Amino acid sequence: MHNATIKSLSAELAAGRLSSVEVTRHFLRRINTLSKIYNCFITVDEEKSLAAAGAADALRAAGRAQPLTGIPIAQKDIFCAKGWLTTCGSRMLSNFVSPYDAHVVERLDAAGAVNIGKTNMDEFAMGSSNETSYYGPVRNPWNIETVPGGSSGGSAAAVAARLAPGAIGTDTGGSIRQPAALTGISGLKPTYGVVSRYGMIAFASSLDQGGPMARSAEDLALLLNVLAGFDARDSTSLDRPAEDYTRDLARPIAGLRIGLPKEFFAAGAAPEVEKAVGEAIGHLRKLGCETVEVSLPNMALSVPVYYVLAPAEASSNLARFDGVRYGYRAPEYGDLLEMYKKTRAEGFGAEVKRRILIGTYVLSHGYYDAYYIRAQKLRRLIAQDFSEAFGKCDLIMGPTSPSSAFKLGEKAGDPVQMYLSDIYTIAVNLAGLPGMSIPCGFDSRGLPVGLQVIGNYFGEARMLNAAHQYQLVTDWHDRAPPGIEIQ
Amino acid sequence: MALTRDDVKRVAHLARIEISDAGAESVLRDLDNIFGLIEQMQAVDVSGVEPMAHAQDVMLRLREDTVTERDQHALFQSVAPQVQAGLYLVPKVIE
Repeated sequence: MHNATIKSLSAELAAGRLSSVEVTRHFLRRINTLSKIYNCFITVDEEKSLAAAGAADALRAAGRAQPLTGIPIAQKDIFCAKGWLTTCGSRMLSNFVSPYDAHVVERLDAAGAVNIGKTNMDEFAMGSSNETSYYGPVRNPWNIETVPGGSSGGSAAAVAARLAPGAIGTDTGGSIRQPAALTGISGLKPTYGVVSRYGMIAFASSLDQGGPMARSAEDLALLLNVLAGFDARDSTSLDRPAEDYTRDLARPIAGLRIGLPKEFFAAGAAPEVEKAVGEAIGHLRKLGCETVEVSLPNMALSVPVYYVLAPAEASSNLARFDGVRYGYRAPEYGDLLEMYKKTRAEGFGAEVKRRILIGTYVLSHGYYDAYYIRAQKLRRLIAQDFSEAFGKCDLIMGPTSPSSAFKLGEKAGDPVQMYLSDIYTIAVNLAGLPGMSIPCGFDSRGLPVGLQVIGNYFGEARMLNAAHQYQLVTDWHDRAPPGIEIQ
Repeated sequence: MALTRDDVKRVAHLARIEISDAGAESVLRDLDNIFGLIEQMQAVDVSGVEPMAHAQDVMLRLREDTVTERDQHALFQSVAPQVQAGLYLVPKVIE
């Protein structure tokens, strides 16, 4: 049952061959046994999940089932879920039981999906390896000595290890796509503004976007149908007609123009990554796609630009954690200033503090123009590069990550090396474009490699179409990590 | 650009994060490396380019001036470290 996709589980539930309570029990049992190994969940609440499953079965009995009704979905612990501990991977929120639901949580609930647990993540989504979590690192199911990527590493590992058929994550600079690539699953970051950020704990608000993680493009489409939608409570949510993201899945892709940015293939990805990505492009050519070279001349600048803008926004967003209204408060302090300072020194981990300090510095008097405004100008140049490239092609493709999963601790002591592991994904967030990662092979160590598919604004259906057609003729997305079968 | 330990301590104060001298020293090393990366931005001519604050050029929406929230202060304050009579308690700031 755990190797089934959302699509096939949904069909089994619809046919009455399975109930949501049975499916939910099965995944809870797997989580009980296996999540200790991968450390991919922060909170599991059997009672709540089974109650939701019972409600889903009742909804079905009443004839009101939708495609996701009764399907267990894991939620990154950045999404506020009413009555659930919502930690954002931080000591700062280690006692925060959310009094309200995020918009996407409301939508999943309304669709009858079952919250199967809250997944581990890099603290406040700041990290590319899931090693900055207050709850300890997540391990990659393909090799537990390696990282699952980050920051949505718990969601990625849970889906890869078949502890949930799907999950939700967030992506500020690659946090859905990079862990999807490193764990051999599929993940999609929608166009900025498509998924409401209400109740999604803010990191860098001009870049943050929630999205689905699952095993196939088809499952991503089913999830996105539920996640996407206008929400007046997020001032950046776009008010546009609802789309059915599954509508183009079956369309042939002959004639589709794939842009290959020359900078993607000169940026020094591992040879085995380049080889797997090259073979995937070859497959797509066989399906009738045309390839065209394009250029993103300012791509290399996306990492420095991001490490000005994202910390600047983070320093402002994280000012709210002051030990007054919710979350952690230092046990000992004298005056108010000391209460703030000790609370924040003890409540935040090293990487979060580092980014708050960078952000505070680049926004401070005398440096604002040299850093923040300059970075915003470069952001426009990066976005314009994409706009020119999309004049020549329908989708852009390349690697998701320069390497497959790296060893735990390998980059933990060197922030700059860690930051550079997002070289292929960050520019997409700066431009606000949709991007996804799908599995396209393995390296010689048996670790998955991801193919990144980038679309023009609101190009999700087209990306999902190409990804689904690729997955119809390949089986990388069906491969399961070793050691996940249990009695 | 070279940051100093005093810069780190000043910024930490602005950010309301307590930091020891030894802590500032170690943060300084990390920040020096990170700003080495960030300095690559200076190599490009950006004159005449409009800053881009946001991915979509949308205007903030206006709404009717009506009450949309119901009073949930008791629920929201139930997760606060210290509350009394509907007020958040912090150390005394006025003697």
